[in-house]
Amino acid sequence: MQDIIIIGSGIIGASIARELSKYKLKILVLEKGEDVAEGTTKANSAIVHAGYDAKPGSLKGKLNAKGNSMFDKLSEELDFPLKRIGSLVLSFNEEGIEELELLKKQGEENKVPELSILNKNQVLAMEPNLNSNVTAALYAKTGAIVCPYEMTVAMAENAYLNGTAFAFNSEVLNIIKEGNGYSVVTKDKTYKTKLVINAAGLYADKLNNMISDNKFNIIGRKGQYCLFDREVGNTVGKVMFQLPTKMGKGILVTPTVDGNLLVGPNAQDVEDKDDLTTTQEGMDEILKKAELTIKQVPARYVITSFSGLRAHTDSDDFIIGEAKDAEGFINAAGIESPGLSSAPAIAEMVADIVKDKLKPEINNEFNPKRCGIPKFREMNNEERNQLIKKDKAYGKIVCRCETVTEGEILNAIRRPLGAKSLDGVKRRTRAGMGRCQSGFCSAKIVEILAKELNIPMTEITKFGGNSNLLTGKNKD
Amino acid sequence: MLEYDIVVIGGGPAGLAAAIKAKDSGIESILVLEREVKLGGILNQCIHNGFGLHTFKEELTGPEYAQRFIDMVKERNISCKLNTMVLDITKDKVITAVNGDDGILVIKAKAIILAMGCRERPRGAINIPGSRSAGIYTAGTAQKFVNIDGYMPGREVVILGSGDIGLIMARRMTLEGAKVKAVVELMPYSSGLRRNIAQCLEDYNIPLKLSYTVIDIKGKERVEGVTIAQVDKNRKVIKGTEEYIPCDTLLLSVGLLPENELSRKASVELSKITGGPVVDDNLETNVDGIFACGNVLHVHDLVDFVTEESYHAGEEAALYVKGRIKEGKRVEIEVSNGVRYTVPKYVNPDNVDKLINIRFRVDITYKNVFVSVFFDQDLVMHIKKKVMAPGEMETVKLTKSLFESHKDVSKILITLEEE
Repeated sequence: MQDIIIIGSGIIGASIARELSKYKLKILVLEKGEDVAEGTTKANSAIVHAGYDAKPGSLKGKLNAKGNSMFDKLSEELDFPLKRIGSLVLSFNEEGIEELELLKKQGEENKVPELSILNKNQVLAMEPNLNSNVTAALYAKTGAIVCPYEMTVAMAENAYLNGTAFAFNSEVLNIIKEGNGYSVVTKDKTYKTKLVINAAGLYADKLNNMISDNKFNIIGRKGQYCLFDREVGNTVGKVMFQLPTKMGKGILVTPTVDGNLLVGPNAQDVEDKDDLTTTQEGMDEILKKAELTIKQVPARYVITSFSGLRAHTDSDDFIIGEAKDAEGFINAAGIESPGLSSAPAIAEMVADIVKDKLKPEINNEFNPKRCGIPKFREMNNEERNQLIKKDKAYGKIVCRCETVTEGEILNAIRRPLGAKSLDGVKRRTRAGMGRCQSGFCSAKIVEILAKELNIPMTEITKFGGNSNLLTGKNKD
Repeated sequence: MLEYDIVVIGGGPAGLAAAIKAKDSGIESILVLEREVKLGGILNQCIHNGFGLHTFKEELTGPEYAQRFIDMVKERNISCKLNTMVLDITKDKVITAVNGDDGILVIKAKAIILAMGCRERPRGAINIPGSRSAGIYTAGTAQKFVNIDGYMPGREVVILGSGDIGLIMARRMTLEGAKVKAVVELMPYSSGLRRNIAQCLEDYNIPLKLSYTVIDIKGKERVEGVTIAQVDKNRKVIKGTEEYIPCDTLLLSVGLLPENELSRKASVELSKITGGPVVDDNLETNVDGIFACGNVLHVHDLVDFVTEESYHAGEEAALYVKGRIKEGKRVEIEVSNGVRYTVPKYVNPDNVDKLINIRFRVDITYKNVFVSVFFDQDLVMHIKKKVMAPGEMETVKLTKSLFESHKDVSKILITLEEE
């Protein structure tokens, strides 16, 4: 019997797991995919919003600024990259200035610190590559960028090392109320548990609706992005939002924590919640809209484009709490933007509900620290030499574009909840994320994975399931 | 800090030829840095034949061609460090490299020869929309899987782009039992060699669809098919010409890019057209003592030309180390009317020894045109060409006597003229 089953290991499931691992609880995380961060978490804007966007009084309004303020400590404890570069909401007409004032006021109601309005000259002095049509901006000093999957990996690893169990490739097929608890059915096994936490992202509606008459509906809202070469990574120094207008919500232009430039997303509701395709129209749309923000969109430096899905609800707010008619079934659902920013606060809120119900003892052995994979590319030569002296594999570059060593790849595979696929390695080390987009290193990584996991090369996948990279041996 | 007279970055065909020639020109202290486990570069995976027709007057496979140069390097006792990745080059010619045995290496060179080769353009660079499932590879990645590792990246294949590697892989995949359903080319002509179109596609009845592109990729986990469509002369998709081809693999052969990240760190000026360094007739870049040759300089069709060019770079680097001083003025080679670029871009007329090879490419296919070379207003060469295509590198040879008869030349122009 589990105390808690958390369904889903995106940023929300992993953050809740890590928060709850501070208590003496028997926790199991069930994940449909073969790795953490496989859903909404892997493809989004990677922004820690300051918190002025949401309506005061809403859960988004309450949790965003609070979550934002928790990131520095987490980044330090869990060794994932966070850059507090600040954000600007840009206005491109005179009327917009008033709206920026309203946004600032809303932010202050949401307890967002350090907001200020900048005039045209101040904005352009700060960001010379912006379109000179800008009229003013709301500057939020606490806006930040993060790597959402690296953060999720860190949360999950730390939860695991503090006693949380994880089962992958374990899609939940059914949930049955049994006495004071639940039976959670996967294709291989049925688990009994006191509490269920629903952090199933796009599919949280399906799970809730299995057990509660208080039904809700989650819509997959697709957003497409273009990622640019590091060569143009310093086009802007902060996260650039466009003030929403009658014409639409606008798109963002931002550096990423790894030094690339990211542009997107648009918004399109899709029927199929696994639809991560990109379209020509979508790419054209976001590149066109980015022209409003920056003088010159460096289109020839695009290295890849991708789509992510937002878990949108009709209520336009997070759904967090115990289902009214299903005691012990706790939703953390409808987590779209600012979901990543709110994740630490959501985890605390859910943990408070759990504490209230189970009254757990504190886990005195909880270790808040997690040590990430060494990053050769960010080290000085002395640090590099020390590392290579300990392990020669750190002297062998496998991904030449991102300067990722064999040591880092082995570390990513061997560590707790380690990588099992090409994308798993990629998300943990950045191997294959550079300008050649894994042209040179993918064959080498497949070989390393096969050797480390002791399986044939033909069984290595891009991201689990049937995404096998090779179809057989020659002449098979 | 280690010190060498000449450090060659890259142990592929370019780097090996440059090192050999530098040694034969009297330089003893040479180091070749190679990132892979063995010398030879990309030739190691090019197991088809057709290499060496110019250099050795015989047809060799890629590994055989490479081996001849590896042997010559060994005979000459030229030092090589394998598994060694160069991380940085400064314009003062200090190189930082790394490998597992030495750790971080800092090397001071009198001259550097850049020979890092090129890489393939990935999907993102041409923004093909659709799914991001498994089964989408550059042709070179597929070539490594098949020829080095012995594994098939797929069974039913569509190839986008008709560059030489794409054509070679169409044949290779067919020989290994895969079905290549089509080679799709955006342009109205192939950028590959004519002999490859005949030997790799026509001989195997693989359709080449010119003025077509891939507009969508289907399949969530593994590729299940692609949609292709015809494009007009502005390369815009023509509605109504869409065609769905079921397949499990999409190979991309959509161009090669010289790999010049290191050159950039050393403040080497790069050409926007070739993506490689801007060099003079000594193959020297704007940075004193840094030379470039092979595909890092501009993408070649034939390794034989790479060898020829790299011998030249090795020789010039040796002369530089020995203290050669460039005298006289530098003349720019200008291009117009269909000639996209030249390598080299500058000539020092006083330095021309016997003759210099000027390599260039044209922008589209031409029939019955003249390649004309002007020294200022003087038409000095007028060569008839039946066919010229972007896929075939062209050469004009400027002899020493030309420069002697035009002592005051201030501008050289290479252009195409109608009949």
